[in-house]
Amino acid sequence: MAELTDKQMEIEIGHMLRTGVSLSAFVVFAGGILYLRSRSNTPDYSHFHAASESLRTIAGVLHGVARFDAASIIQLGILLLIATPVVRVVLCVAGFSRQRNRLYMGVSALVLAILTYSLLAGGR
Amino acid sequence: MDASSFSALVFGTSVVAGLLGALTGLGGGVVIVPVLALLFKVDIRYAIGASLVSVIATSSGAAAAYVREGLSNVRIGMFLEVATTLGALLGAYLTARVSSHWIAIIFGAVLLYSAYSSYRQKGDHPIAITLNPLAERLQLCGSYPTDSGETTYSAQHVPMGFGIMFGAGTLSGLLGIGSGAVKVLAMDQAMKLPFKVSTTTSNFMIGVTAAASAGIYLARGYIDPGLAMPVMLGVLGGSMIGSRILVKAKVSTLKIVFVWVIAALGAEMIFSGLTGRI
Repeated sequence: MAELTDKQMEIEIGHMLRTGVSLSAFVVFAGGILYLRSRSNTPDYSHFHAASESLRTIAGVLHGVARFDAASIIQLGILLLIATPVVRVVLCVAGFSRQRNRLYMGVSALVLAILTYSLLAGGR
Repeated sequence: MDASSFSALVFGTSVVAGLLGALTGLGGGVVIVPVLALLFKVDIRYAIGASLVSVIATSSGAAAAYVREGLSNVRIGMFLEVATTLGALLGAYLTARVSSHWIAIIFGAVLLYSAYSSYRQKGDHPIAITLNPLAERLQLCGSYPTDSGETTYSAQHVPMGFGIMFGAGTLSGLLGIGSGAVKVLAMDQAMKLPFKVSTTTSNFMIGVTAAASAGIYLARGYIDPGLAMPVMLGVLGGSMIGSRILVKAKVSTLKIVFVWVIAALGAEMIFSGLTGRI
């Protein structure tokens, strides 16, 4: 395979980022329409009482989406959005390994580990 | 207020915030949090949750446009992301420990600094070409296109840059903002990288940094779909319009006006924090 330059790698990543953002914005928008049709009053945001339990975990959100719950669909779009930069780091690990750049394979794998920790162990 | 008018109002405000954030280069997050907290009386934890989501969207959305110019540096960005993501974890843990008064006060200070740094923004300093042994070992160098052809650069003061980036990550996780101004400070001022390389690499890093605290925000219930939806869509739309205008028009007058708006919001946040209204 031809040598992968940094620039080519960044262009690939740029395309992926745009696709991820468009997809997530579409899901959030679709969920938003459903949400506004099903809700008449605004929740009270002036006092913090945390989003409901089912909207705070990946499993809970997926369950909600299966029930066609509007808030869960918005939250799914937000999860897709959070996943976008994570996929970017995965692409960097792959890109640096194609460049045989051991140092930066290690650096990007470390960043990926930190992100994974946050998503899985977050808040505990 | 019913849900539709509330969402429409928040959406419209977010479009303006995203537009102004893109025009000044400060990002939509620094505007939307104080506006939600001060104007809409939204609890600051919901405000930073919604803002963080919009920060990921604008950073990732803008990156595609930047890479074509060949200005950002993927290695420098990735190396410094180790610092920003660790900082972001710390910041996200701190939001639950620090009272909202203090969050408001720290937020105000960051706003005042951002306004100052944007006001003072100037051209490039002479680019360091002397090789720094640590930067060389870490491959923190590159080249970028200028009027006089490709120019090479190499990072200086690597530990200091790394340290400031950790601080930028902490602020990002604590306040739900991209903290682009602090990231640029680390790369432009400390590491002596060319200004354009600093700003575009910073934009690339913001999404990854924000994703590190987003997991924790989600688990804590800071991200409320009803609020995050209009904020994310609005800021994203506004910043897309903003970056188009930026290519075409000179915006220096608008920028000065907006810098004063940011400074005023900063002062108001500090005042609200001190008097216990936030």
